[in-house]
Amino acid sequence: MNKNKNYTEYELSKRRRNLLLQAAVTLFALVILAVYLMPMAYGVITSLKSKAQTSDPGAPILPAEALSFDYEGDRYDVLQVPTENGIRHWALVKKGRRASEFVDPADPAAGIIAWEGNWRQLEPVWEPSVQWDNYPRAWETIDFARLLANTLLYAFVTMVGTVAASACAAYGFARFNFPFKNLLFMVMIGTIVLPPAVTLVPTYAFFVNVLGWGGTWLPLIVPAMFGNAYNIFLLRQYFLTIPREMEEAAQIDGAGRVRTFVSVILPQAVPALTAVSLFHFFFAWNDFFGPLIYLAGNRDANPITVGLTEFNGLYSTETQLILAAAVISMVPPLLIFFLAQRVFIQGIVVTGVDK
Amino acid sequence: MDMFTEFGAARGGRRWSLRAALSLQGAQRDEAKWGLLFLSPWLIGFSLFYFAPMVVSFIFSLYDFTLSAPEDARFVGLDNWARMLAQDPNTWETLYVTFKFALISLPIGMVSAFMLAVLLNSQHLLGRNIMRTLFYAPTMVPLIAAILIWSRVLNPHTGWLNQMIDLTGIQATGINGWRWLDDPNLIYLAYTFIGLWGIGNAILINLASLQGVPTELYESASIDGAGWLRQLWSITVPMVTPVIFYNLVLSVVGLLQFFIVPYVLNGGNGYPEGSTNFYMIYFYKQAFTFQNMGYGATLAWFMFIIGLAITIFLFWSGRFWVYYAGENR
Repeated sequence: MNKNKNYTEYELSKRRRNLLLQAAVTLFALVILAVYLMPMAYGVITSLKSKAQTSDPGAPILPAEALSFDYEGDRYDVLQVPTENGIRHWALVKKGRRASEFVDPADPAAGIIAWEGNWRQLEPVWEPSVQWDNYPRAWETIDFARLLANTLLYAFVTMVGTVAASACAAYGFARFNFPFKNLLFMVMIGTIVLPPAVTLVPTYAFFVNVLGWGGTWLPLIVPAMFGNAYNIFLLRQYFLTIPREMEEAAQIDGAGRVRTFVSVILPQAVPALTAVSLFHFFFAWNDFFGPLIYLAGNRDANPITVGLTEFNGLYSTETQLILAAAVISMVPPLLIFFLAQRVFIQGIVVTGVDK
Repeated sequence: MDMFTEFGAARGGRRWSLRAALSLQGAQRDEAKWGLLFLSPWLIGFSLFYFAPMVVSFIFSLYDFTLSAPEDARFVGLDNWARMLAQDPNTWETLYVTFKFALISLPIGMVSAFMLAVLLNSQHLLGRNIMRTLFYAPTMVPLIAAILIWSRVLNPHTGWLNQMIDLTGIQATGINGWRWLDDPNLIYLAYTFIGLWGIGNAILINLASLQGVPTELYESASIDGAGWLRQLWSITVPMVTPVIFYNLVLSVVGLLQFFIVPYVLNGGNGYPEGSTNFYMIYFYKQAFTFQNMGYGATLAWFMFIIGLAITIFLFWSGRFWVYYAGENR
């Protein structure tokens, strides 16, 4: 009896300790998360503010507008004025160094109120006001539709090409024995740690001076058509997990190598193909250096990344518009990620973890 | 297996001689033919866009050659190399900047990724799946958008970072405030913060690796009286060294080419006080702003040599600190 009671007490304290630990760890994680995601909230909230508010350190955190009041045909700022009866919200109609004249917006008929003190030390009255209009304005100023069309065209054309080429090469590595296979495989992995700069200068000279492709997307599209080491590696790993029996059965039925690859292997590798397609899509969406050097001089061909950077240089004081454009540009990748995170995460894990 | 482990496995695999390759017969010959056929997209791409340009790049480095006047190109031997290594102070200054930033940003990024993975792997964490998704989300934000947002968050007066620091009682805003992007001492930290928005992949593979650590190890350590910190250091860290190694190699290679953040923030002008004159920025200016193809190619080749040396060193050092379970290496 006594023993039993002790046991339950032990259980209870263990459960209590667990709960406490859970609360502590979760709270800790939430605090870190809040700090980590803070800039995202900043970006969204600031993109909905007026230009005046973005540059005013004393302004409220949420989108708001300094209140003004129309009095006898003119517009005046409403300020927080300290008086004997507490802080009043009055419109400043005549500024003076030592004394100013105000009007009470609640009772304009009462006329001018004289106030002693320096009006410069008064804070404006803010009222919540969301500038939804920043989004269409940013969209149009930056000509986002054109940037988006360029980016999507580039992303989709190269996605199809690179995934097809990578799948072919991955199948070659996964299923066939051929001379120097290990050496070629090592060379392929080696290209991942190769700084692109070392191949860039002659490639640039060739594309731009010899072929005359400067200002077009061709120097970026053509090389992508030959696959890429990350994708090949990932697809190879996936192909290795597909049992050989199905291919053998297809071959007994008279299917050739290409038929087997297209109708047996590819349909089974849909998750890996999806992951690779997504990786490429995000790569293309982010690609900056290539478009920067190859499209120089042809602003009409700019992708979102380069367009945003130019926009930032030209309109650096229009923080709210720049942030609105930045927020627009992050919506598609975030949306796709939230919808397809399972396949996506699996793909990242395959390339980096020894399992 | 991860990429680098597979690399090691391939190194230990069959070595072919040219004679053996040419004397293949029958079914083996047929298989080799098909294998190379499937591989051909990559083989052609590698030859055209990696191998050939690398060789040509080295040849360029022996020429004085501007793109605007290609007919004036002339052979100068190793003059470009001598200029780069001995006469051009920018080479070493920009390398110094690059390494200084790497030494600050790399440990912070790697430790953060590891610690966040430990946190997200904790059994005591409620809502683990949603937490993992949310911690990954910033990695999905396009880098340019991230830079533009951060550049405003880091504003000394109106930015939320300084305003948040103010809340803790330390004065960060104001005239003598912390000017993250204008202070040569703070700028590397500022760039590191932006970089922390890209550690999602590192967190993910750390996490996957943590999930692979056998729980028996922790149980027996617990019985032996090892506390949480002791278990973390003596079990968790050694078990995830392969992933730390993988992240380290990729980060070093990436940091050597650090370019976009300074380019977007200041157009590559080195502001403040030259502290953001990274090697890749210097290469970009020589090769593409001045169209100095010969000297640009020399700088690029030097970067390749440095990267290769570091990678080889890391792979060599990995033998002493990377723990591969169940393998004798």
